[in-house]
Amino acid sequence: MNGSEFNWSEFFAMGGYAFFVWTSYGLTFAVIVLNIIMPVMQRKKVINRVKRAIRREQLQQ
Amino acid sequence: MWAWIQRFSSPKYFYDMSAKLIPWFAIPALVIGVYGLYLGFFVAPTDYQQGESYRIIFIHVPAAWMSLFIYVVMAVSAGIGLIWQIRLADVIAAASAPIGASFTFVALVTGSLWGKPMWGTYWVWDARLTSELILLFLYFGYMALQASIDDQRTADKASGLLAIVGVVNIPIIHYSVEWWNTLHQGATITKLDKPSIHIDMLIPLLLMALAFKLFYAAMVLVRARNEALYRDRNRRWVRELVEKL
Repeated sequence: MNGSEFNWSEFFAMGGYAFFVWTSYGLTFAVIVLNIIMPVMQRKKVINRVKRAIRREQLQQ
Repeated sequence: MWAWIQRFSSPKYFYDMSAKLIPWFAIPALVIGVYGLYLGFFVAPTDYQQGESYRIIFIHVPAAWMSLFIYVVMAVSAGIGLIWQIRLADVIAAASAPIGASFTFVALVTGSLWGKPMWGTYWVWDARLTSELILLFLYFGYMALQASIDDQRTADKASGLLAIVGVVNIPIIHYSVEWWNTLHQGATITKLDKPSIHIDMLIPLLLMALAFKLFYAAMVLVRARNEALYRDRNRRWVRELVEKL
């Protein structure tokens, strides 16, 4: 951003290192997103498991 | 004091309290992370030797720091769980492992992607890279022991012991660049002299490190809550909580 207009295609080219820079950032982003999704799904699994156990016990009574 | 620890470390109390804490870590993590990336990409100057490729530093170094930091947290928690039988400590250790493994993986992969254009190779078996790979396997070993032993107390003991023994690897990783002749460069920031990095590069780097740390704080709580629910699945507080959901 040297005062004049910002050049996006130059920005994405990363001085010829686009593949290395954007793969790094893309992969990191993916790992972070996975780290958010996984515990949310895990929570649902645990809750469902407890719910099933409660229902089973009620049926047995 | 002991009564206070007992109360605070009860899984139910932790479950309720942590829910309130999570946004206080998660939201700053996002804001600081976005600002750090902005500074890293738009304000930090181009490196005179490495060109734009050096911008990988803003995730590589914070991820590598986190891989060590989380391991220490995990091992200390596991140690507290082993010695004082505080169940919450084992929960924190178990919740930390997958996040630590994630950051270790990120550090290795981004390092590899940085190494290719700068060193001419994706991988080299030098001391720094090898000891960091061993760290990844220590995390995997901990997680495998947790998953494969049915009795929770036995699982905590076995995996906790592995975590504690594995701590020897942490100073090895840190000093590997001094003790051995490695392709990996020496410390830039964590040395006693002035950091040998431009201030406009240092600030986004430290901001990203802070963002990663806050992200870990938020996610370890989220995972620890799941873990607390799962471990107490046959106890009344979990039953009552689930029935309300």
